[in-house]
Order: sequence, then C-alpha cells, then structure tokens
Amino acid sequence: MNTVETDHEGYLRRREDWSVELALELAEADGITLTDAHWEVLNFLQEYYDNYEIAPAIRILTKQIGKRYGQEKGNSKYLYELFPRGPAKQACRYAGLPKPTGCV
Amino acid sequence: MNARQPTTSLPPVVGAYRVIPLIQEGASASVHSAVAGAEIQESLGLPGALVENWHDKAIERLGQLVKQRRGLRVFLDTCTRCGACTDKCHYFLGTHDPKNMPVARQDLMRSVYRRYFTVVGRYLPWLVGARDLDESMLDDWYTYFHQCSECRRCTVYCPKGIDTSEVTMAGREILASIGLGQQYSQEIISKVRRVGNNLGMKPRALADVLENLEEDILDETGVAVRLPLDDEGADMLVVTPSADFFAEPHVDGLIGYAKVLHQAGIRWTFSSTAAEAANFALFSGHHGHLRELAMRIRLAAMDLSVSRITIGECGHAWRVAYSFLDTLVGPLDFLQPGHTRAEHICEVTHQLWCSGVITLDPQRNAGKVVSFHDSCNVARGASMGDRPDGQFTIPRALLAASVPRVVEMSADTTRQKTFCCGGGGGVLTDEMMEVRIKGALPRAQALQAVVRSDQVTHLATICAICKTQLSTVLPQHDLAGVQVTSLHHLVGDALLLS
Repeated sequence: MNTVETDHEGYLRRREDWSVELALELAEADGITLTDAHWEVLNFLQEYYDNYEIAPAIRILTKQIGKRYGQEKGNSKYLYELFPRGPAKQACRYAGLPKPTGCV
Repeated sequence: MNARQPTTSLPPVVGAYRVIPLIQEGASASVHSAVAGAEIQESLGLPGALVENWHDKAIERLGQLVKQRRGLRVFLDTCTRCGACTDKCHYFLGTHDPKNMPVARQDLMRSVYRRYFTVVGRYLPWLVGARDLDESMLDDWYTYFHQCSECRRCTVYCPKGIDTSEVTMAGREILASIGLGQQYSQEIISKVRRVGNNLGMKPRALADVLENLEEDILDETGVAVRLPLDDEGADMLVVTPSADFFAEPHVDGLIGYAKVLHQAGIRWTFSSTAAEAANFALFSGHHGHLRELAMRIRLAAMDLSVSRITIGECGHAWRVAYSFLDTLVGPLDFLQPGHTRAEHICEVTHQLWCSGVITLDPQRNAGKVVSFHDSCNVARGASMGDRPDGQFTIPRALLAASVPRVVEMSADTTRQKTFCCGGGGGVLTDEMMEVRIKGALPRAQALQAVVRSDQVTHLATICAICKTQLSTVLPQHDLAGVQVTSLHHLVGDALLLS
C-alpha cells in the first residue's frame, strides 16, 4: 500500500500525492460518500488553486459555484451540507490542498 | 465571590457569571500546540529540533533576556503572590487548570529565574521556590506559555502591574531558540516573509478577490466602489489583516472600509507587499521578526508615496502600529503632517462622520440589537484618536451611529476589563480547540446575559482573530443565534452611498 505524507492535521504535504482514490478514502473515513455535487466543489478548488496558489475565499467559492452550477448551489448553507466541517477546511483536505492558515 | 461550581468537561456549561471554579490539577495539561517543523524553524534562522544542550542554551537565553528587557526582570522580581490575578484569566476560568492562573504561569519562569539568577535561589532554592529547568518544567513551559493569549487582563488587576504577556513572549522566544517553536505562529511569520501576508496570497490572488468584491458591491448597491491594489497615485495606504480578504465575516468589514473611503472621496490603495497588518512576531516574542514584519509597512508606504497609513480591524496589528511602529521602523516623518503615525480605520471613519463628510443611517440596520466586544490588544495595548479612552469611545460612537440599538455587556467584561475571545496570542489553531472553547466561557457568559435580557442579535468587534474565534466557538456555548460581525460591516450598511 502506498503511503502519503501529511501534516499534523491530515493535509497533504505534497499536492502530487493526491489521487481520486485518496479523496474517496479520506471522505469515507469521515463517513462521507463523494457524489457529483462534492466533485463540483473539489474540482473548482483544484482549478482555483492551480491558478492562484491558494484556496479561494469562501465568498468566491460560493459565488463561482453558484455561477457554474446554478444559483441554488451558490450559498454557504449548501456547501456546509456537503462538507459539514466547513467547506474551506474539509474540502481542501479532500482536494489535496494545504489548509489556509492565518486569522481564519 | 464565594460561590463555587463543580468542575465540568467539554462543552462548558454556561452558568452565572463570576463563578470561581474549583481547581483541577492538570486539567488542560494534554492540550498541546503543535511544534513547528524543521523546515519552518530553519527558514527563520532557528534550530529545526530541540538542541542537545537545550538546558544550557535556554538558561543562557533567559539570562540575556532579563538583561535586555528590564520590564521582564522587574516582572520576575516583584510578584508578592497576593492572588489578585488568580481568577482574572479566561483560560483559568474555562479550564480550571491552576497552571493557567496568571501567577502560576509566571512562576514557571520566575522559579527558574530564581534558581539560576538570584543568590538565594542558587544556594537555598527550597527557601524561595526556585526550581531547576528540567524536562518536566520544559514541558510545562511549552504547554502553558501557549495557553496564554497575551491579553493582559490579569495585568489590569495586578497591584504591581506585572504583565504576564511579557513573560509568555519571553518564554516562547526562549523555546523557539532551542528548537521548540510553535507551528502556527512560526509558519505564519515564515509566510509573511516569503509572500507578504499570513495567508500566503500572491498578488494575482489578491487582485482576483478585490475584483470579485468590486463586482459584488456594484451588484448590490449600483455604485462603482473601487478596491485598488498597488495604486501609485494613492494618498492613503490601507493595511489590513489578510483574513479580511478571505474569511467570513471579515470580508464584509473590508467592503465597509471601501464604501467609507469611496464616499469620502479619498484615493487609497492596498499594497501587495504589505497586504497584512498582523504581526505574529508579537506572539512568538522574537523582536527581530517583529521589526522585520513591521518594516514592510514602512517600505510599502514609501514605495507608493502615500501621505497616510491606515490600519484595518486587527487587534494586535493595532497594538504594534499604535504603540511600537515609531520605535520599530520610525520616524514616519515622510507622511503628511498631522498624519505622521498610523491611523486606525475607526479613527478615520469617525473623523469623516464627525465632520459631516459621510452620513450614517441606523435605520438601514433596522432590527439589529448589537453588543460590542472590546478586543484585548486594542483595549489594553493601545489607544485611538486624541482622547485617552478613544479605543473605547470611537468604535462605540460609530456603532451607535450605525445601528438602532446597542446593548453593553457587564462592565467588568468590557473596555479595559474586557475578556479575551479565547483565540488571541497564537492560540487560534485547530489543535487548541478545547482550550479555545473553554477560554471563551467568560465572554460567552456575559453575552448570554444580554441575549436573555435584551435579545441581542449581533456581536460587533474590530479584530480578525476575535471574529474567527467567536464565530467558531460561540455555537458551543449555546449562542449560535448571535451573529459575529465586523464593525465596518454595520457601518458600511448604514452609510449613505452615492
């Protein structure tokens, strides 16, 4: 079995270590089965990170998800339903992005 | 003050305020802040892991610090163990751990100082409570110096004025110098040095956020409010915590600053090299880093040839800007006369409102009943405006002008006696959640009281840490219904914008 290196909170140290299987596994460990709705968010996070080298602000995440996938999805309530521990932190972990740290 | 309550486990029970808990030895001994990795420590010029001769190195550094920092030596020498501070710390009140009593926290360093640097302590340690710096003491240093938010509430009640935060900061500095830095603060300091802000937002990311916010304001109000980045013709540089670009509810405060400055016709800008007001070296205690981080603000202001510097809603940034900027990186004599110190966004807005440049209509916030949480570093580490109590009166004047109803929390939990949110001083990290939730207990109790008596709906504050911490932990104290908000969110919504 392959092992990947994470920080003390379970975020990947190297983005190259990420794979779809790993995301499924991490989510499953939290009792979450990743659906298409989850993947819309995870794919957007990765795309944004590749462009800007940081995860998007929550406000941008909700706005862009709303624009792309329908206004009913463009709010934090929807995102919290998908990722109960917070879309920024939990979704970033599944997407293989580092956790945003600061006064956030 | 004699009432006592039994000890409780997570989550804390919200009870009557001013209850002194029974002590519970070691109650929070297992809550450890993560130790910084080798890569981060080394990037800051510090050892990557605990050095072999840590004992001698730590004592040597302590000796240097008590020589360099006279305040520290006075604080270590003057405690009479009167006990006035014991029940004034939110972490003690929340965790019941006696080592979180300010006197006990200080004594971790004081007893070692006596052992190695006083004559009696050297020869008759048992007589003066002097102790060796052994492994168990080192553990206690790391654990309990990181369960202090350096909020200085205990100092207000100390008859000698002993500042526990000076002891904590020195302790953390010594620990980092022997290889035991704190991951949270050191990682952030390292990021600011590399990228320019705590979050690590590069100029492209900042520009994207600002563009999105301009679009949102236009959609919402029909007014084209700008949020400029690196505008070389600007008169005012605004330096704000990077959380304002990123997090909720912070970002609505940022929109508030932009609306006010737009309405006042001030040409202002953010800087991509100083897109961070916070200075986490105040938490790590490293004076070299403190100066280095502060220097970015001076350099950005000079590069952009601005005539004024304004600091956004950030508690310890304001302490550094108000109390130390001049000595760290001053004089700021290149700024416009009358503005040769950094100004707080609340001062700027207040002055514009007093002189009639902007108009605020509280009815635009109809239905909101708002309480104000004083942030520790603003309340006890700085002032604001030209009156000695401006740090209390100016934000309150803005709040009163912006909302229909303001309700004050109990007077021994506000202004100079304010309770920390429980996340200050480098504690705002996930592995500290237990201590963060428990440390918010006194603030939550005071808030709970005004929610019951006056149906308070919102808690306004002017610090990025307070905003994140309180919106995260208040739900654990049965306060999910209270919305934590930026003061400038309320101001921006009340503003007549054109």
